[in-house]
Amino acid sequence: MQVKSYAEYAASGETPEVLFWVGCAGSFDQRAQKVTRSFVKILNHLNIKFAVLGSEESCTGDPAKRAGNEFVYQMLALQNIEVMNGYGVRKIVTTCPHCFNILKNEYPSLGGNYEVVHHTTYLQQLIDQGKIKLTDTNQFKGKRITYHDSCYLGRANEIYEAPRKVLEELDAELVEMKSCRTKGLCCGAGGAQMFKEDEPGKKRINIARTEEALETDAQIVAAACPFCNTMMTDGVKSFEKQSTVKVYDIAELIAAGQGLDTIQL
Amino acid sequence: MLVYFQIYLFIAFAAMAGFYAYRGYRRVYNNIMLGKSEDLNDNTTERFKNMLLVAFGQKKMFKNITPAILHMFIYVGFIITQIELIEVFIDGVTGKHRVIYHAVENIPFLKFIYVATISSIELISVLVFIATVAFLSRRFLIKVPRLNKPELKGFPVQDAAIILISEIYLLTCIFSMNTADMALHHGEYGFAVSGLLQHFLSNWDESSLHLLERAGWWGHYIGVLLLLVYLPYSKHLHILLAFPNTFFARLNPKGYISNMPEITKEIKLMMDPSAVPPPADANAAPVKFGAKDVMDLSWKNLLDAYTCTECGRCTSACPANQTGKILSPRKIMMDTRDRLEEVGSIVAANNGVWKEDGKSLIENGYISIEELRACTTCNACVEECPVMISPLDIIVQLRRNLVMEDSNAPAEWTGMFTNMENNGAPWQFSQQDRLKWIDN
Ligand code: SF4
Ligand code: SF4
Repeated sequence: MQVKSYAEYAASGETPEVLFWVGCAGSFDQRAQKVTRSFVKILNHLNIKFAVLGSEESCTGDPAKRAGNEFVYQMLALQNIEVMNGYGVRKIVTTCPHCFNILKNEYPSLGGNYEVVHHTTYLQQLIDQGKIKLTDTNQFKGKRITYHDSCYLGRANEIYEAPRKVLEELDAELVEMKSCRTKGLCCGAGGAQMFKEDEPGKKRINIARTEEALETDAQIVAAACPFCNTMMTDGVKSFEKQSTVKVYDIAELIAAGQGLDTIQL
Repeated sequence: MLVYFQIYLFIAFAAMAGFYAYRGYRRVYNNIMLGKSEDLNDNTTERFKNMLLVAFGQKKMFKNITPAILHMFIYVGFIITQIELIEVFIDGVTGKHRVIYHAVENIPFLKFIYVATISSIELISVLVFIATVAFLSRRFLIKVPRLNKPELKGFPVQDAAIILISEIYLLTCIFSMNTADMALHHGEYGFAVSGLLQHFLSNWDESSLHLLERAGWWGHYIGVLLLLVYLPYSKHLHILLAFPNTFFARLNPKGYISNMPEITKEIKLMMDPSAVPPPADANAAPVKFGAKDVMDLSWKNLLDAYTCTECGRCTSACPANQTGKILSPRKIMMDTRDRLEEVGSIVAANNGVWKEDGKSLIENGYISIEELRACTTCNACVEECPVMISPLDIIVQLRRNLVMEDSNAPAEWTGMFTNMENNGAPWQFSQQDRLKWIDN
């Protein structure tokens, strides 16, 4: 795998096309690390000159901000902006909708102005440009895929079609859950819920969402967010359906469709 | 003599209603102005578009077709009935009968317009009647879940019932008035619906018909005045406030949560060792982070609270509420409004000065910490609201106060904050290891 940091690019006097913002989940969460690798395999395969910040990347501050801790958020945000502006970053791609939202919408008024794209949009553009060609779509034949809308892509930023368009490239049947697009039901992780126990209630939110996913009889639940991925994976496990229903990130599915990755179906 | 007495009465009622209505609306205005200032005057074209589409055109209602159509009947009915009110008003102050009709009765084209207008008012009124009955049964017979949640107990249910029943009352008045009038004048006006109804009154004598006509006329007039006075105390204030509320709605993507400039300043000072902090102003009010009470919120949040129709679309879309948590975005809006009314009356009783009452919007029977904690910031409530209210914006501001002023956060969050500060991630992993995914 070819991964170069911005510092390395700077040292060799080169400028990368795009900064790949890995994010905390993508860096540390074992499941999300796999998604990071799949996405990098795609980038490598297409010879895209991307850079990462590596140890110069910090959390964007999203969970702190949404929990109410504006101090911690802004401390991290201003640090990140200092680093990125220092390198003259123009364009960012990220596999996390929370990072995407905060970099795109909330960093500008703190002095961080970049073109920010989520990886699903990025992949869609590459497909539209004819750069991504899927050769190994046979494995998806006859399968049903249901896409789980991430709140921070969907309602927060009105990105509903790009992930679906990307999935349409796989030769599978795309089915919708009871609540989708603007009405998509949250996985339960946002607003820093990922990092604490639920308040008392009838059930956990990811269970409610998994029920909707299971109702579609899909074999694949496609996610576009590392936190949704965790929530849906846990949900599927709690129904003991993990052998027949798999949760994959769109990057993993596309990498598999390109023959760059193998996935279990 | 009697005519003058009637004119006098008519004007006296209007003046009285005007006085009380003014007080009511003034109170709402003053209360909204207790909020913090926020400039929402940019991009007026976009704002007019929102107002036109969402308030006037009811765009967001049409996500759910049945209530949208029923509501449309009542809404259109409400607007066009005001035309008939113009004549009621002219008749009232002149002491004459159907002034407009008599002015146009010999001009065929204008007479046609007049009759067509009143006839359409009558036709739409029939639809309004159907819609009102449907709404009453959705709420009280079918018990649609979102209209039967705990936060509606007490006044809110009464309020809904009062409005729906007065709607039926007003319709009864209009039809009594027109039907009796038609019967008295042997169908001379040629109105569509009362033309059919008049046959039921065929064996009434003239004085009874006259009495019925007057009762309908006065009943309608007084009903409208009472409604005008009642409106600022009701969720039905949305028929007016939906317009400014959609106009001033924030235009950013829904995912955007504003950055607090007072914090940016402090952190920039911290990050720049050479910076000299400005001399502390001893008279400056202490900075309070986030919102603890209604006056810490923006005026737009308070306008939101008064605009809320208590329809519960937000709550039925809320993932926390759907899974049995006590959080209900509608209740966030209702509590904000109730607390604002309380604060407003204290301010009014003290000549415009706020006197601490030892309470706040958090806890004290208003919004509990447990509710605030349960929100996933998913924006489903914001997406659903037909009048562009953001309950989420209030939730975030209250969370800020809890966390930054009271250090009140669940232990897991406190740990998360510490990790983020120390090693730049919500988990306890070293920042040096951020590239470990390459070999894992
Ligand atoms: S943003 Fe919060 S209050 Fe609104 S629907 Fe989502 S969880 Fe419920
Ligand atoms: S906030 Fe909006 S959606 Fe929720 S009850 Fe009020 S008007 Fe209805």
